[in-house]
Amino acid sequence: MIKSSRSVTVSRRDALFAGGVALSGATVALLAGRPALAAQHAASQSAQKDASVINTALALEYEGINAYTLGAQSNLLEKPVLAIAVKFQDDHKVHRDRLLAVLKTLGATPVREKSLAEYAEELEVNKLKTQADVLNFAAGLERGAVNAYLGIIPSFADHALAKLAGQLASDETVHFAILNQALGRPLPEAMSFGV
Amino acid sequence: MRPAPFRVAAFCAITAALTTAHGAVRGGDAQRGEALYDSRCTACHSLDHSRIGPAHRGVFGRRAGRVTGFDYSPALRRSHVVWNVKSLDRWLTNPELFIPGQKMGYSVPDAQDRADIVAFLGSPDAR
Repeated sequence: MIKSSRSVTVSRRDALFAGGVALSGATVALLAGRPALAAQHAASQSAQKDASVINTALALEYEGINAYTLGAQSNLLEKPVLAIAVKFQDDHKVHRDRLLAVLKTLGATPVREKSLAEYAEELEVNKLKTQADVLNFAAGLERGAVNAYLGIIPSFADHALAKLAGQLASDETVHFAILNQALGRPLPEAMSFGV
Repeated sequence: MRPAPFRVAAFCAITAALTTAHGAVRGGDAQRGEALYDSRCTACHSLDHSRIGPAHRGVFGRRAGRVTGFDYSPALRRSHVVWNVKSLDRWLTNPELFIPGQKMGYSVPDAQDRADIVAFLGSPDAR
């Protein structure tokens, strides 16, 4: 049940936002003459934000892993294509493990991996009828992942995490290029990702 | 039923002159917005299914944080924002500045791109 806004207790944060004036915890500490506390608070908020973005990446990787499982289980893939799909899925598992390790370092709770059935419904895999459909579906997910990773790079406070997002984008670009080739499509134009 | 490109074009023509119940969609090219949506948003979103992000169909006029079954951040749930041209533009410009504590780490820096994506989300194909 959704509580009425009137019944919700006004939190300290809500109070800080009242009247359209937004003061961060760091600003409050600075105003209170405690720069060390302000710096600590700002760093903690940055780490929290980075963890949130890493969790988005993890959700993408979970979806990718499950998408390849669904593709493999469709029985629509010929053996050599299936082998490539399994290799790509392994890459996504490596990404997942890396992201989980980062979240552990940041002390953040990882996002939940959904069930295979949930992914099947969300991704509408019942519409896949041919091998080309599966390849097209996978290429679309990989292209989306490239653009998502390129898009989140500027969000990171920690440059090492920005680099990690770049590495993930590179792997997804390789996947996309190979799937694109398998579909007999022309090579992508220069600077066509992230736009 | 007429093909989608016709409907999108018709929508653009109509909304150039009219104001919707939830705010005007002016200056946005819904057709270009659909291509941008496909390229930039579909990694996490789709119109009909919540995935990494919530489903978008019918977003215009909806209160933020209200797609059933989607696990929103507390910040978004309690934001009281209603999605319209202005709020979607602010959201896409810098989600964290607009609603601190939200979860989306992606923004659309170019104003025309934002206007086009918002126009698509307000078009009959996304409503």
